[in-house]
Amino acid sequence: MSLAQEYELLRRVPFFAEIEPAKLKLLAFMSERVGFDDGKLLCRQGDPGDAAYLIIEGEVEIVLEGPAGPLTVATIGANEIVAEMAILCDSPRNASVRAKGRVVALRISKEPFMRMVREFPAMAVSIMRELAQRLDSTNNQLRTALSEVQRLRNGAGAPTAH
Amino acid sequence: MKSMTAMASSAEALRPGFIPGAAPQTDFAAEKPPQPEANDLEPSVYRFILKHSMRQQILLLLLTLSSFPFLYYSLDLPKTIVNQAIGGKHFPAEFLGFEFDQVPYLMILSALFIALVFINGAFKYFINTYKGQIGERMLRRFRYSLYQRLLCFPLSYFHKNSSAQIIPMITVECEQLGGFIGDAFNLPLFQGGQLLTMIFFMFMQDPILGVAAIALYPVQGYVIPKLQFKVNQLGKQRIRTVRQVADRVQESAAGIVEIQANDTVKLRLTDFAHILGIIYDIRFEIYRRKFFAKFLNNFIGQLTPFFFYSLGGYLVIKGSLSFGALVAVIAAYKDLASPWKELLDFYQIKENSRITYEQIVEQFQPSGMTDARLLLEEPERIMPLTGELSVANLSLAEDDRARVVDAVNFTVKLDEHAAVIGQSGSGKNELALLLARLVRPTSGRITIGGADLAELPVAVVGRRIGYVSAMPYLFAGTLRDNLLLGLRHLPMRPAEYDEATARRRERQLYEARRSGNIEFDLHADWIDYQSAGVSDQAQLMDRIAEVLARIDFEEDVYGLGLRGRLDPATHPDLAEHLLEARQALAQRLVADGITNLVETYDPERYNSNATVAENLLFGTPIGPTFELDALADNIHVRRVLDKLGLTDDLVEAGRQVAATMTEMFAGLPPEHEFFEQFSFIDANALPEFAAILTAAENGGTQALDREQRDKLLSVPFKLVAARHRLGVLDEAMQQRLLEARRAFREELPEEARGQIEFFDPARYNAAASLQDNILFGKIAYGEADATVRVPQVLGQVLDALSLRSAVIDVGLDYHVGTAGSRLSLAQRQRAAIARALLKRPDLLILNEATGALDAPAQAKAMAGLRQEMAGRGLIWVLHRASLARNFDRVLVMSAGKLQEQGRFEELDRKDSLTALLMAAE
Repeated sequence: MSLAQEYELLRRVPFFAEIEPAKLKLLAFMSERVGFDDGKLLCRQGDPGDAAYLIIEGEVEIVLEGPAGPLTVATIGANEIVAEMAILCDSPRNASVRAKGRVVALRISKEPFMRMVREFPAMAVSIMRELAQRLDSTNNQLRTALSEVQRLRNGAGAPTAH
Repeated sequence: MKSMTAMASSAEALRPGFIPGAAPQTDFAAEKPPQPEANDLEPSVYRFILKHSMRQQILLLLLTLSSFPFLYYSLDLPKTIVNQAIGGKHFPAEFLGFEFDQVPYLMILSALFIALVFINGAFKYFINTYKGQIGERMLRRFRYSLYQRLLCFPLSYFHKNSSAQIIPMITVECEQLGGFIGDAFNLPLFQGGQLLTMIFFMFMQDPILGVAAIALYPVQGYVIPKLQFKVNQLGKQRIRTVRQVADRVQESAAGIVEIQANDTVKLRLTDFAHILGIIYDIRFEIYRRKFFAKFLNNFIGQLTPFFFYSLGGYLVIKGSLSFGALVAVIAAYKDLASPWKELLDFYQIKENSRITYEQIVEQFQPSGMTDARLLLEEPERIMPLTGELSVANLSLAEDDRARVVDAVNFTVKLDEHAAVIGQSGSGKNELALLLARLVRPTSGRITIGGADLAELPVAVVGRRIGYVSAMPYLFAGTLRDNLLLGLRHLPMRPAEYDEATARRRERQLYEARRSGNIEFDLHADWIDYQSAGVSDQAQLMDRIAEVLARIDFEEDVYGLGLRGRLDPATHPDLAEHLLEARQALAQRLVADGITNLVETYDPERYNSNATVAENLLFGTPIGPTFELDALADNIHVRRVLDKLGLTDDLVEAGRQVAATMTEMFAGLPPEHEFFEQFSFIDANALPEFAAILTAAENGGTQALDREQRDKLLSVPFKLVAARHRLGVLDEAMQQRLLEARRAFREELPEEARGQIEFFDPARYNAAASLQDNILFGKIAYGEADATVRVPQVLGQVLDALSLRSAVIDVGLDYHVGTAGSRLSLAQRQRAAIARALLKRPDLLILNEATGALDAPAQAKAMAGLRQEMAGRGLIWVLHRASLARNFDRVLVMSAGKLQEQGRFEELDRKDSLTALLMAAE
C-alpha cells in the first residue's frame, strides 16, 4: 500500500472529496498507517478525540459502553472513515471503536489536519460544503421523521407513553 | 582498633570543641596527610614576594652577581684578541704562565671566547628559568589563595556581585604578576648595578662630564613618577571598567530569555556601547599620557648628549679636555641609555603590578567571610550529632534593614521531624539557611547536641548536616559524581601508581608544597564508604539504588541507563548479560505473539522500519565518517552504489520523492512546522529541487549535472519503507540495497573499519545504546501500542534477568551537563535529595526542596524521605502549608517571627495562622 493508494481512498471519502489533490496527498503523507490486532481499541469512549481513522483493511465495530455493558451499534468496513467529527470538535469520543479481526487503518491526526485547514481556506470551504450537505440531508431526514411522527400521532390518536 | 579508640578517646577529652556522642565513626590517625593551611593575603605585592620567596630571591641575586665576572671578561676578551693576538707584535706571549706563539695564542683565546659565550648563555638560561620558576610558583600560590578565599565568601557576596568580575581576576589579571615577581629584585639590582658601574667609570674619566651625564636624572626621576601616577589611576579605572564588561556579558548570557522576550536588545547594545566608550576614553587618555611621558623622557635623555656635544666640544676646542676623553665619555653614555631605560620600564611594570595586586586583594576581602581554618580543619574524629537542636533568640538582618528572622526561639530533637511553614518572605527560607550555617546570624545562637553551631568546623557541619535548596546545583559530570559529592571529603585510599607515575606524583606534590597548595591527590579514591554506611563499591551501588527508589527517582535513572552506552571492554560480564536479555526479549516477543511490534536486525533481510541509510550501513557509525545524514556523500558508499549500478536508480527514486514533496509542500510558507515534522527536504532547498526537477523533465536524471544528481541522491537515504509509503522502495529495490549492504561490508577498506560497528546478533554493540542493544531492531511503525508495549516487555525481561540495577548503574554515568542542565528541575531536586541522603546526615534540612515535583510525586517522595530519615532529625521548609500534616512538629513563621509552633492538630484550628495559610493555597 503506497501513498498514492491511500490518496485514492481518501479522495473517495465524501468528507475529503473536494480537497485539492496536492493537499490531500499531504494529509495522507502526514497520516500514519496503524495495524490493530483483533479486539484492540482504535479509540475508547470518553477519551478526548484526537484522530479520525480511514479503514484500509478489515472491519471495526462501533461500541457504546452503557450501564448495561457494551453494545455494538454498527460495523464499518474498508474504505470508510470513522470518528471524523473528532478532528473537528473537541468533544470526547461518544463511542469506542474496536477492531474486528486484523485491521489496518490510516490514522488522521487532529493537529496536522487543523493546521492544514487553517493554512488552506479552500480546504475549509470544501469541508464546510460537505458538512452543510450532511446537515441538509439530516434536516431532510428529521423533517421526514417528524412528519412521520405527526402522521402516526394523528393516525393513532393520543400519543402513547414510552 | 580497640586500643586506638581508647587512646583517641583520652586525647579527645582535652580537645576543645569535642562533640560528645556515640561510637567514633572515622579514624584518621594513621597516615594522615598534613592539614591544608589557610592562606592570608599580604596587603602589598612586595610583602607577598618577600614572605614567600625571600630565599629564592636571594639565591637569584647571588646567581646573577656570580655571572658578572664572566660577562665582564667576555666583553673584554675581543679587545685582547684583536689588539694582542691578531695585531700583536711581541711573541711568544705569556698566558697562564705558559709561553705561546702567535697562532696557538690566537686559538687559545678564541677557544676561551667560545667557552665564555657558552658560560654566559648557560647563566642566562639558568637565571631566566629560575626567574620563571619563582614567578610561576608565586603566581600559583596567589591564585590558589584567591580561590581558597572565594570558597570562604559569604553567600550574600554572590547575591550582590557577579562571578564574572571575579573570574578575570583569578585568570588573566594576575597573569602578569608571575613575570614581575621573577624580576622584582633581580632586575633593579642588576640594571642599577650596571648603571652605577658606568657612572663610576665616567666620573673616573672626567668628573665634570660625569656630573653632566647624570645631571638630568633627578629631573627624570621626579617628573616621570608624577606622570606615571595619573596613568596608574587611569589603569585602575580601566581594570574596573573592563570587569564591568565581563559582568555585562555574563548577565546577558544568563538573561538572554528576558532580553529577547522583552525586545530590550537595543538598550543592552547601547549600554554595552556606553561602557566600551568609557574604556576607549580611558585607554586614549592613557596613551596620550604614556606617550607624552615617553616623549618627555626621550627629550630629557637627549639633552645630555646635547651638552656633551656643545659643552664638551667647546672644551675640546679650547683645549681644556682631551679629544679621546670626550669620545670615551660619549661612548660610555650610550651604554648608560640601555640600563636606564630598563629601569624606567621596570618602574612602570612594577607600578602596574602593584596596582593589579592591590586591586585584586581588595576585592577578595569581603566582610563576613568564613574563617578558612573552620573550612579546612579536620577534627581527629567526627561524632554523630545527637540530642537536640536549640535555637535561642536568633535574628538575621540583611544590610541593616528590617530583620528577616526576628528573635526566634525553639528546640527540635534530633529524632523529630519538624515542618516549617509560612508565606514567602516570612523568613522561613532564611531560617533554613541559618540552621545549615550557610548564613551567619546577626545575633542569637544555635546549639546542636550541646555544641555551638558557629564554632563547628565545616568538616562536622558538612558531613553531619544535610541541606537541600529549591534550586540545587549539579556540577558538570556524571550523575554518579553528583550523588557521591557528599561522600568525598578527603582522599580515603591512596591511588595505586606504577613507579614512573609515582615519581611524577612525587614531583607534583613537591611543587604543590612549594606553592603552598593543598597536598591531596586528586586521583586517590575519595569515596568515604563508611559515611554512607557501606563497606565497598558494590554495597554503595545497592545503597544508591535504595535511596533512588525511596524518593521515586529510580525510574528516571533507569530510563537514562537504557539510553546510555556501555563499554563492553570494561564491563564484559554486563555486556554478556545484555546479550542474554536480547535473546530473552526475542523469545518473549514470540511467546506473547507480538513479534510484529519489533523488526529485528537480520543481516539477510531488509528492515522496513529502518531508513535506507541504516539498512545500507547495517551498523552504528562511530564518529562523523558514516554519520547517517551524510551517508550519500560518503566515498565508500558511493563506490559500492556505482559498482552495483544502484546510483542511477536511487537518483531516480530521489527525483520521485522530491517531486512528491514539492507538489505536497508547495504553497506552505518556509517557516511552517510541517517542513520540520514531515518533509525530507528543507524548506529553503525546495526551490532548488524544483529547478532540478524541471531540468530533469526533458532528459531524465541522466541529463543532470553531477551536483544536481548528488542532491537528488541524498533524498532517499532518509526513507523508512514502513513509514513513508512513497512507493519507491519496492521489493526489488530492497533486494538490491541488501546486496549493497553486503558489498559495502566486504569492500570496506581497513582504515575505515574503526568508524563503524556492524550489527551482529551475537555481539554487543558498544556504539549503540543499551536499549538498542537489547531490542536489536526497530520498534515497528504503524502497530498500535508498539511504543508502549515494547518498553514494557523490555522492562519485564530486564527484571526477570535481575538486570535492572545494572541499567541504573549505567544511568548513573549519564552526563548531567553544565549546572545539571540536561536534567529537569524536578530531576535535579531529586538528585540533590538523594545526594543528601547518601551521606546519612543526623539532621536534614530541606528548603522547599521538592517544589518542582508534581503532587503525586511529591507525596511519594515525602513518604519515602520521612521513612528514610526515621529516628533522625528532619527540618523541612515546605512550600505548601497543608503538607505539614503528619509532621511531629510544625513551626509557623510570619514576618520573621516564629508565630506558632506545636503539633499540626493543635495548630489547625479556627483563625490560626496555619489554618489561614492552608486556606490561601
